[in-house]
Amino acid sequence: MRTAVLFSGVSRHFGAVRAVDAIDLEIGEGEFFAMLGPSGSGKTTCLRLIAGFEQPTGGHIEIFGETAEGVPPYRRNVNTVFQDYALFPHLNVADNVAYGLMIRGIGKAERRKAADAALDLVQLPGYGSRRPSQLSGGQRQRVALARALINKPKVLLLDEPLGALDLKLREQMQEELKSLQKSLGITFVFVTHDQGEALSMADRVAVFDAGRIQQVGTPEEIYRRPRSRFVADFVGSSNVLPPDFVAKIAGQRKWASLRPEALRFVEGGGHAARVVTRSYLGGQTRVALDLEGLRLNALVSSTDMLPAEGATVRVDWNGAELHLMEDAR
Amino acid sequence: MRSDRASAPLALKIAAACGLLFLHLPILLIFVYAFTTEEKSYQWPPPGLTLKWFAVTWGRPDVWEALGLSVRVAAVSTAIALVLGTLCAAAVSRTKFFGRETISLLVILPIALPGIITGIALRSAFNLADIPFSVWTIVLGHATFCVVVVYNNAVARFRRTSASLIEASMDLGADGFQTFRHVILPNIGTALLAGGMLAFALSFDEVIVTTFTAGQQSTLPIWMLEELVRPRQRPVTNVVAMVVVMVTFLPILAAYYLTRDGDRIAGHGK
Repeated sequence: MRTAVLFSGVSRHFGAVRAVDAIDLEIGEGEFFAMLGPSGSGKTTCLRLIAGFEQPTGGHIEIFGETAEGVPPYRRNVNTVFQDYALFPHLNVADNVAYGLMIRGIGKAERRKAADAALDLVQLPGYGSRRPSQLSGGQRQRVALARALINKPKVLLLDEPLGALDLKLREQMQEELKSLQKSLGITFVFVTHDQGEALSMADRVAVFDAGRIQQVGTPEEIYRRPRSRFVADFVGSSNVLPPDFVAKIAGQRKWASLRPEALRFVEGGGHAARVVTRSYLGGQTRVALDLEGLRLNALVSSTDMLPAEGATVRVDWNGAELHLMEDAR
Repeated sequence: MRSDRASAPLALKIAAACGLLFLHLPILLIFVYAFTTEEKSYQWPPPGLTLKWFAVTWGRPDVWEALGLSVRVAAVSTAIALVLGTLCAAAVSRTKFFGRETISLLVILPIALPGIITGIALRSAFNLADIPFSVWTIVLGHATFCVVVVYNNAVARFRRTSASLIEASMDLGADGFQTFRHVILPNIGTALLAGGMLAFALSFDEVIVTTFTAGQQSTLPIWMLEELVRPRQRPVTNVVAMVVVMVTFLPILAAYYLTRDGDRIAGHGK
């Protein structure tokens, strides 16, 4: 696999603020790569570094083997789908989509043809003569996507692409983006603060916190084997167990994570715990437990006979499910 | 409390009507005197009506000279204002730098300053710098307040246009010049046109700053002022006044409609 984007020791400091701090990252060609993190964690700055809207204050960036520092956005074979879509209000949909071709001096007839094809690709056939103001949020998003893809970029950057859409549309767009990426084979890099979105769409995920990458891995690795408390907490809503407790049950003084679906109620053995609250989530129910002052979440099937709030129960888990974390942060 | 929104009390209606009459009747009188047969004094009612003053005005070279100068001055100051005002608006609304608010205030200040102060200040500055008074000193004087009008219009539009539009254009392969031509200019175009028209109208009827910055030249308003003290062919001044009203009123009206429509065009940044 060729390397699409390479960061080595890349920093972007704004005065005293270290938005991105000595990051190493390698994104492969054709990958669907997610940058996940809370707001202000540096993920969007990373995206802007790839696009060329920001220049690194330190380190080195390569895009398909070519040095990217000092190269302006208009000379990079990279296109962006902006969070607010940034459609040109004075142009109709077809002219918006064909903007990149117009700048490159491609003739009107050819532009029109390419724009129609791109609109077909994003399932908006026949919308060319409309104004962006006449479209819904989801349609604007598709136009923004077509406008980027028409330039056949080597890397497509998406900044919170689904953030402004409602839940149903978001799920539909997730699937569409994924199949689009598969069929086009373009490297997609997208930024999101939604861990569900990152896990379900991406081939690999980088988890950002405070300008640094906490962990990079497949969604399963990130979810099952979080490297730090932050990742466990942010990605999986996992139970984070303190070293004192882990020492008692596993013999090692280390932080550990335990996924809520690993917990199960047992008749005998295990640990005594009190049920604090129960939240019905449809197929599953989340039970909040108090185990010797430790708050644990259990995710159990709703069909089970569930203990009432306030009841004392015994919980247990498979020892292999307990994941000891290398990183104490 | 009873509130009757459909119709205001009679007294209020009369007061409003009186106010409007007071505002507009004198202007109407100016138009009427353009048709009077009495040329030495403004006598009411006019002893007779005639159209001959239009022909007389047409035939007077001093009117043409003053009109030509006014148009030239207004056009050049508007052009200067368009360039400087747009650049300044772009700098203030697109970038953050130390003293930005102060600069914004300093740019707007000339329009708040009384014209006589601007006039005196410019006159002494020109004297100090040994610049002879000419058409160009008038243009410079006018540009001080024309820039403000363009700046205000442009800055308001810049604030409404999403910054990511410029980034999107660069992202799609357009360099700075192409982005200006294909994205920025179409989005601020109507605001610039409106600002330019207002600037033109302001310059066209300016008297005070012009008095201080002009040499021997007289623009149309200055010419009218001089003409009023001469008791000969007075209605010519009124004919010219009608022309001035037309020339300044129409652009202002057009500017109003342009910016109103512009709100709808550029209103959505997303």
